[in-house]
Amino acid sequence: MRSAPAKSKIMVNKEIASLDEAVADIPNGATIHVGGFGGVGIPIDLCEALYRQGATNLTLVNNGVASGKIGLAALIGAGRVRKIICSFPRTPDPEVFEKKYRAGEIELELVPQGTLAERIRAAGAGVGAFYTPTSVGTPLSEGKEIRILGGREMVLEHPLHADFALVKADRADRWGNLTYRKSARNFGPIMCMAAKTTIVQVREVVALGALDPEAIITPSIFVDRVVHVANPMREV
Amino acid sequence: MPEKLTRRQIAWRIVQDIEEGNYVNLGIGQPELVADLMPANREVIIHSENGILGLGPKPTPEEADEDLINAGKKMATLVPGGAFFHHADSFAMIRGGHIDVAVLGAFQVAENGDLANWTTGGGDLLPAVGGAMDLAAGAKKVFAMMDHNAKDGAPKIVKRCSYPLTGQRCVTTVYTEIAVIDIRPEGCIVREKFADMPLEALQARTGAQLTLANDWRPLAIPDVG
Repeated sequence: MRSAPAKSKIMVNKEIASLDEAVADIPNGATIHVGGFGGVGIPIDLCEALYRQGATNLTLVNNGVASGKIGLAALIGAGRVRKIICSFPRTPDPEVFEKKYRAGEIELELVPQGTLAERIRAAGAGVGAFYTPTSVGTPLSEGKEIRILGGREMVLEHPLHADFALVKADRADRWGNLTYRKSARNFGPIMCMAAKTTIVQVREVVALGALDPEAIITPSIFVDRVVHVANPMREV
Repeated sequence: MPEKLTRRQIAWRIVQDIEEGNYVNLGIGQPELVADLMPANREVIIHSENGILGLGPKPTPEEADEDLINAGKKMATLVPGGAFFHHADSFAMIRGGHIDVAVLGAFQVAENGDLANWTTGGGDLLPAVGGAMDLAAGAKKVFAMMDHNAKDGAPKIVKRCSYPLTGQRCVTTVYTEIAVIDIRPEGCIVREKFADMPLEALQARTGAQLTLANDWRPLAIPDVG
């Protein structure tokens, strides 16, 4: 007589107990997408955990370069960032980055904001490259292939993949479905798509089924790890 | 009679050229004044590149929400009907030609509509571009809101930009403290200037050839401070 299969107690559960555990395997030399715009939606607590973890020689992708002293700024200040890819390094308080940049200790790749977003989206969507009219005729398209498409000059841009994405969302369930709050959504959904491993800090973890399926912004397939941070830190 | 408009008056003038129902993006800095001068009874939908349509006025202390900021990283509000979306969608709106008007600051505008507004190429400021190149490439109309001349008196409307470009042939109208100038294939057409300022005087402060429109009008001085 065959015994009934054991009832599995282990279900899909992407929630990780601690920030430090969630970032433990990020290696030296990793390329990391970091969400946030102007301090809103930036996963400071995950960045601080990465700072404690010690990985170095990192390439960071963010819209800016961080303000103040904690999170991204702490990583940059400690000399742990080799290169930053961003659109707007002139943040309200870029002192930490500016010092490294002027000393030639950090590489800067400046990308128009929409091209940055589309390169991230393209990485997540499996698009090999794309042509865009943005930056044609400017220093930021120098050396890049230009084609006339639809009667208009367009510049070839490539996807921006990452090994890890660090993202802040508002609510998650144990599958990793996400909702965001207001303008804190910004780069979150596309960065979740574009990284091999996506780590998300959320204000609240709710029961599976509690998120309205019509309101889920990032479906769970794009999320690998969820950490509950009820009271996230702020840049300033 | 004052011989120049204040920045609020320039913003008011720009509001007169924005149509009901337009989707409008306002650049960081001076262009943000356009929202302040928009009458409450007008339905103009403000796009903010960080992922907002229907950007509202500054919040009261009670309304302030740290997760709701505008592209200039200032606290903001959302009007009824407003929406949030992610960055790729936000720039699809811009690049895809869905934004009716972008109001941008400018270092220089050339007679062919070239725009320079992101760097002077010098090392004094960190290079930063943000969404300016996307707006220049994608908005249906680009209004340049700027001083007519640089601090040293140099013209900012020029034959060819000497600063690195933001976009090519994109500016449709320039609004300054002394004139409204359309950039058309046939050149720089003065649509409005002060009645008592001869075209020659305006021309002397401008680096590109000006033509007075046949139907030019005197620049109004609105009572908006």
